[in-house]
Amino acid sequence: MLDAFGQPQSAVVLGGTSDLAGAIVRALAHRRLRTAVLGGRNEERLALAARAASAEGVREVRTVQLDATDVAGAARAVDECFDAAGSVDLVLVAIGVLSHERDELDPARTAEVVTATYSWPAVALTRAAAHLRDQGSGRIVVLSSVAAVRVRRQNFVYASAKSGLDSFSIGLREALHGTGVVVQIVRPGRVPTKMTEGLPRAPLSTTPDAVANAVVAGLASDTPIVWVPASARWALAAARLVPQSLWRRIPG
Amino acid sequence: MARGLGRSYGDAAQCSGGTVVDMRSILGASDVSGGEVEVGAGMSLDALLRRALPAGWFIPVTPGTRQVTVGGALAADIHGKNHHLDGSFARHVSAITIATPTGLRRVSANEDAELFWATAGGMGLTGIVTSARVRMLRVETDRMLVDTDRFSDLDAVMSAMEAGDARYRYSVAWVDCSGPAISTRQRAPGLRAGRAVLTRAVHARLEDLAPAERRPPAAPPRPALGTPRRVPRGLLNRLSIAAFNEAWYLRAPVHREAEVQSMWRFFHPLDGVADWNRLYGPRGFVQYQFVVPEKSGDVVAAVVRELSERRLPSFLAVLKRFGASSPGPLSFPMPGWTLALDLPIGPQALPTCLDRLDAMVAAAGGRVYLAKDSRLRPDLFSTMYPRLEELSSVRQRVDPAGLMRSDLSRRLGLD
Repeated sequence: MLDAFGQPQSAVVLGGTSDLAGAIVRALAHRRLRTAVLGGRNEERLALAARAASAEGVREVRTVQLDATDVAGAARAVDECFDAAGSVDLVLVAIGVLSHERDELDPARTAEVVTATYSWPAVALTRAAAHLRDQGSGRIVVLSSVAAVRVRRQNFVYASAKSGLDSFSIGLREALHGTGVVVQIVRPGRVPTKMTEGLPRAPLSTTPDAVANAVVAGLASDTPIVWVPASARWALAAARLVPQSLWRRIPG
Repeated sequence: MARGLGRSYGDAAQCSGGTVVDMRSILGASDVSGGEVEVGAGMSLDALLRRALPAGWFIPVTPGTRQVTVGGALAADIHGKNHHLDGSFARHVSAITIATPTGLRRVSANEDAELFWATAGGMGLTGIVTSARVRMLRVETDRMLVDTDRFSDLDAVMSAMEAGDARYRYSVAWVDCSGPAISTRQRAPGLRAGRAVLTRAVHARLEDLAPAERRPPAAPPRPALGTPRRVPRGLLNRLSIAAFNEAWYLRAPVHREAEVQSMWRFFHPLDGVADWNRLYGPRGFVQYQFVVPEKSGDVVAAVVRELSERRLPSFLAVLKRFGASSPGPLSFPMPGWTLALDLPIGPQALPTCLDRLDAMVAAAGGRVYLAKDSRLRPDLFSTMYPRLEELSSVRQRVDPAGLMRSDLSRRLGLD
């Protein structure tokens, strides 16, 4: 059960092997988190993430193997996570595949990025929302990206998929209004993680720990959108007004 | 789970995904006979007073608001400013009717005492109380004789309470936890924290009043002020809270004796403003109330210091000395010191700061008040309430299927 500060005791993490998910689980473990179900693709990395969560004080950690390119299996994967967790206070969606310029001309790669970043999470969210509705309470946190707000040339496949997921989540939040289930969207700047290794440092960069702290603070309110860093909110409001000819020339 | 007027600060009367019974239609009160009245569990203390006070009967224990139901008062085993002499609410209840999942029962301190005491303070987890027989208090007027004293630090007010509380039926101190309004170079932060205004009172008898003032007690008034539906967030912030506390302190006399005050001004100042809780804005606030044993009075000072140093302002901080505890395994009061704080939600340091306070309170053998709790750690809860097993065994007997649950019971792992 969530407390007055929105601190969960149990969580389902879809994309539980990512650096961001790891930092968020760690921050929540230092508060109230006692049960965590981590869903991810790679068995070894899942085991690693599970050990890390236990070491931070999460008493019951379970893992569920899932494949984010298998849309047909998304609902089943979510069911499995909920079965493993019992009652669920928080569903964290931290799943996605980053694209690079070299992927642009590869239809198979586009399919993979779009499926894992948008289609699969959207289906999973639909299922998770149904579970939480039955429960009558719960929180859903969706990791989006500042890149979703105004798409850039460099990673537009990924950014467009995040943009879709971001809009989907805003719609889902509205749909769940009054049910006791609250959806929050987190829009971090670029986080140097294993996904972005080897890329130059972008403006509005942030760190996994900063994102985790912002998520914990965001849970205490029911603010729809959490920006990390907070200044990204204003930077992106301005970015929306920049003409495309200029936007193209901004490095990063 | 039963729900009354919804004035509990926490999640005791909520059950997400489950069934919540609105008790507000379970009304009705008998006439007072032999000093006792049989009351429907959904009746508010306000409504009960409206009926009984004109006949010269006052409620035996009154919290800071009249807008709570009799059922809620029993479920939380509430206390008032007279706890040091009269104990908690359940001590003045001679019998209750309770609908448990295994049947309707009439229980008392003599008849199935286990179930009766598990219900007193049991946060509604033993069943739904439908009516209670309450022993009332005879009064001659609706006025109080109030003594007020102002103290510049916490030690002084605590020794005054230790020395003099027994002479008054009612005693309570307001403590400044706000710290300095604006940090000044001359005054170290925390210097104002711990200032206190102590008010103690007895019921005024007819002969205590001037002849023109001698009239029989009348029903309580309706609130004169309202609160707008929408209030900007952050209206109650560090500055406004400090300013309020400053004004409160300066307004109080250094020493004044036998001032005649209405009951309502003395007991329920907040009831004068309808929906005052809205003043905290959309983010709301948390209440934090704890009790520590008599010998651990230093924890009170440590808490005041901690909040003041962390610049976490408390709008109202109320200090009180408790008398003997009630036999209920989940009843909150124990002989010692209790401090109640109202903390606006917002500062990021608040959740972890309260966790630290919990640890201090638990280490001193104290506990936090479930009726106000919305954030306690489950593992500390069982440390604070070591007689949990007694409640569990009663619930096992009257509710073997585990039907009675609330958000609070789930949050604290009481299932």
